[in-house]
Amino acid sequence: MNLGDRLEKLDRRWIFLLVGILVLLPLLFPLKLPIAVSGPASRFYEAVNAIPDGSIVVVSGDFDPASGPELMPMLTSAVRHLYTKNCKVIALELWPGGPPLVDGVLHSLGDAMGKKYGVDYVNLGYKSGNEVVMLAFGSSFSRTFPNDYSGTAVNKLPLMQSVDNFDGVKLLINISAGYPGTKEWVQQAQGRYHIRMVSGSTAVQAPELYPYLQSGQIIGLLGGMAGAAEYEKTTGVTGPATKGMDAQSSAHVFIMILILIGNVIYFSRRAAKS
Amino acid sequence: MPFQAARDTDLRRTPTPNRPWRPTPVLAGALAALCLLAGAATARAQDSTAVALAPAILAPAPPSGVASADVPDDKGEALAVSWTASPDEAAHPGRVLIYRLLRADAETGPFVAVDSVAAGTTRKTDEHVKDGRTYWYRVAAVGLGGEAISADTGVGKPTAQWLNSTRLSVFLITILFFVFVLGYIHFAQRGRELFVRRIPGIDAIEEAIGRATEMGRSVLYVPGINDIDDIQTMASLTILESVAKMTARYETPIIVPTNYPVVFTLAQEMVKNGFVAAGRPDAYDPNAVRYVTTEQFAYVAAVNGIMLRDKPAANLYLGAFFAESLLLAETGFATKAIQVAGTAQVAQLPFFVVACDYTLIGEELYAASAYLSREPRLLGSLKGSDLMKVLLILIIVVGCALETAGIHAFTNFMNTQ
Amino acid sequence: MDLFKRHLPVFLTAAIGILTILSFFIPHPLVANPAQLLLDWAIVTVASGYVLGAANVLKVNGEDALRQRVDWPYKIVLLLAMIAMMIVGFFLSGGTHFLDAGTKFTWAYDNLYVPMQSTMFALLAFFIASAAFRAFRIRTVDAGLLAIAALIVMIGRVPVGQWITRELPIGLQLPTWASWLLEWPQNAAKRGIAIGAGLGVMATGLRIILGIERNYMREEKS
Repeated sequence: MNLGDRLEKLDRRWIFLLVGILVLLPLLFPLKLPIAVSGPASRFYEAVNAIPDGSIVVVSGDFDPASGPELMPMLTSAVRHLYTKNCKVIALELWPGGPPLVDGVLHSLGDAMGKKYGVDYVNLGYKSGNEVVMLAFGSSFSRTFPNDYSGTAVNKLPLMQSVDNFDGVKLLINISAGYPGTKEWVQQAQGRYHIRMVSGSTAVQAPELYPYLQSGQIIGLLGGMAGAAEYEKTTGVTGPATKGMDAQSSAHVFIMILILIGNVIYFSRRAAKS
Repeated sequence: MPFQAARDTDLRRTPTPNRPWRPTPVLAGALAALCLLAGAATARAQDSTAVALAPAILAPAPPSGVASADVPDDKGEALAVSWTASPDEAAHPGRVLIYRLLRADAETGPFVAVDSVAAGTTRKTDEHVKDGRTYWYRVAAVGLGGEAISADTGVGKPTAQWLNSTRLSVFLITILFFVFVLGYIHFAQRGRELFVRRIPGIDAIEEAIGRATEMGRSVLYVPGINDIDDIQTMASLTILESVAKMTARYETPIIVPTNYPVVFTLAQEMVKNGFVAAGRPDAYDPNAVRYVTTEQFAYVAAVNGIMLRDKPAANLYLGAFFAESLLLAETGFATKAIQVAGTAQVAQLPFFVVACDYTLIGEELYAASAYLSREPRLLGSLKGSDLMKVLLILIIVVGCALETAGIHAFTNFMNTQ
Repeated sequence: MDLFKRHLPVFLTAAIGILTILSFFIPHPLVANPAQLLLDWAIVTVASGYVLGAANVLKVNGEDALRQRVDWPYKIVLLLAMIAMMIVGFFLSGGTHFLDAGTKFTWAYDNLYVPMQSTMFALLAFFIASAAFRAFRIRTVDAGLLAIAALIVMIGRVPVGQWITRELPIGLQLPTWASWLLEWPQNAAKRGIAIGAGLGVMATGLRIILGIERNYMREEKS
């Protein structure tokens, strides 16, 4: 059996092992490859930066722990960016796994940056209903979420007394892993209430959102861990996404090599047959 | 619930009372000199100086031009209120803090605060009104010095519309679509032969079932991971009946794991129908269709377990799929099953194309039931939607040409809210 | 009997379907309110189906465990886990809602289910590599174009793509090419597929509403 045969019949567990090693090594020994900021990520940063300091921003965390590695760095960077500008954050989640993730970020960054719950940020929690919730939320925050994530009546929170719908909101940031997510927010809220909107989504979903970016319905887009790393670069705070990009780079290069090897074997066999 | 006046009290800060004037050291020296010279008149001089140097905080001037209009294209539960900003917004920036919206059911009042907006805004939609009733509005400019209510009153009556005019274009296209589909169904029922191109993926389904029969193994049918409200799931379940009929005819076991209870009950009906249609109701196994779980990755783990344990020879993935698509397809490949996939989830198509033997792309999934049954009415609906597609292509081309020429009317007409 | 088995379901499907379509175009409460009510009823109907689902899980796995079919110990684990989570959710939440922060149910979800969920998701990385090696063959010109585009996007979207082409003008760097591919050709193709899929949805929905497609009903067939 020659090398080509061996490679073609290679037990895929060898491939799994190599992928595992190539992902692990850069995490342990960072390569510190430079990150180029793409247009959509740059526009995401500019959109957040452009809103006046102290503005009210709605953050919708529509994801669960499975997409955490891609989306948590985006959420963390966005919340940190907002807190730096003294913006007020109203968070909600449309996925049942979302509230503890979003809550953790809001509180940990809030404690570190001297923000007060109820005054500088509020987590309204999860509500089932998908598009129906988005429509109702746009009409009245307090009617849709009479209590926040911890059960406190929303009308007792100072931040929620100064705003009750998108009229007072300067930006909607949607961090989305699928359905319901960015597409639904664009259809139900952005078009109806003409709110400025940016999105962070998983890498596999991001290409589907480019039509909305081109039409201006969303004005910035972060795609996957690469997008999160680009945003971290623009905000100047390195986080897990930046660290993960070395591992992602080596995995991508490995897959490219696998595709090339596979095709070299294929073409050499075809040439041998003919 | 509507904004209550009490809530606005929280926003309003109490006016700062006049405080005794505290001079700076330099000024203090000058005043002391004046006091020494003036003597008994010192206290009054300080008072008059204090009044001159600390201006009173005044209430802002009232807004004007209050108007109210029905919000169009709704169910009659909203009125748009607009006004001209208080002149103090420009003349004395910061004097106006908020505008408070006051509403009454009668022209003479009483006017109750129902909402408020930040200064700088001259428009607010009141969404807590009832269709057919008349409402009167006034607007108050509120600042540290107090509030001033507009002299004029805006009156409006919300009305429910029978047609959302912003969706007129969609309405017309929907009517056209119905006409096309019903027209072709009519032609098909009158015996006209309708050509539908070959779809290899659908042809491969029968081939896959035949292969499973030869190998004496089962067929695994995964109807997607969305609930019954997704049309992909409905389309998949209609194909399931045809597949169940084939497996009944060939006496091949079929396994259908589902992840929503309603999908589970419908899938049971479809499989039962298939066996009945094949004339083999006795061969139907109630355990062929099983509910697994709604959780995405738990469902995938269970289906992978079925694949690795039962080793079905044919895997059919037809419906809505997300991140689990490649997990399913690769595991199925490892068990050397023939795999046919079909989904309209565009993001998952590349994974299925790479890992499966045949893939139905997008609308081919919806065409499958018509293609398999060859029933004229179903084929007619296929042709109708094809004609619709031609019309949409024309609309896109015409729209692009008009936009390039700077004519936006067509685009504006096609815009939908 | 025909009335209930055949005509009534078709009539209900048509009436509810047409009412829901009309509610998209007619905002008047006479149409919008009944349509909203039906949507609310649908949510309740779907929710009540979960009882049926749980019963089926018990039945199928219980039978397999009792008859000691293939891998029956895992069926016992499944049933015990399901019953344990139900007990924790129903009875051990200490008066709060079982999904609230800090409950035992949330602890079990966060510390048992979430790691397993993340593990399954992480398997994708390995499977993509094996699928790419096994199946990505340039058999035709189209496949060749696809391979080139895939390689450009894969390498252009990670830092190594920027690093490899850092000496070139920005217009020739891999990240620029990757962005262009994502914003233009793939966008156009996706839009085309999405429009076709959308029409397929309309056609299927229309068939169901008009009763042309009624496989969901048990019909006596000769």
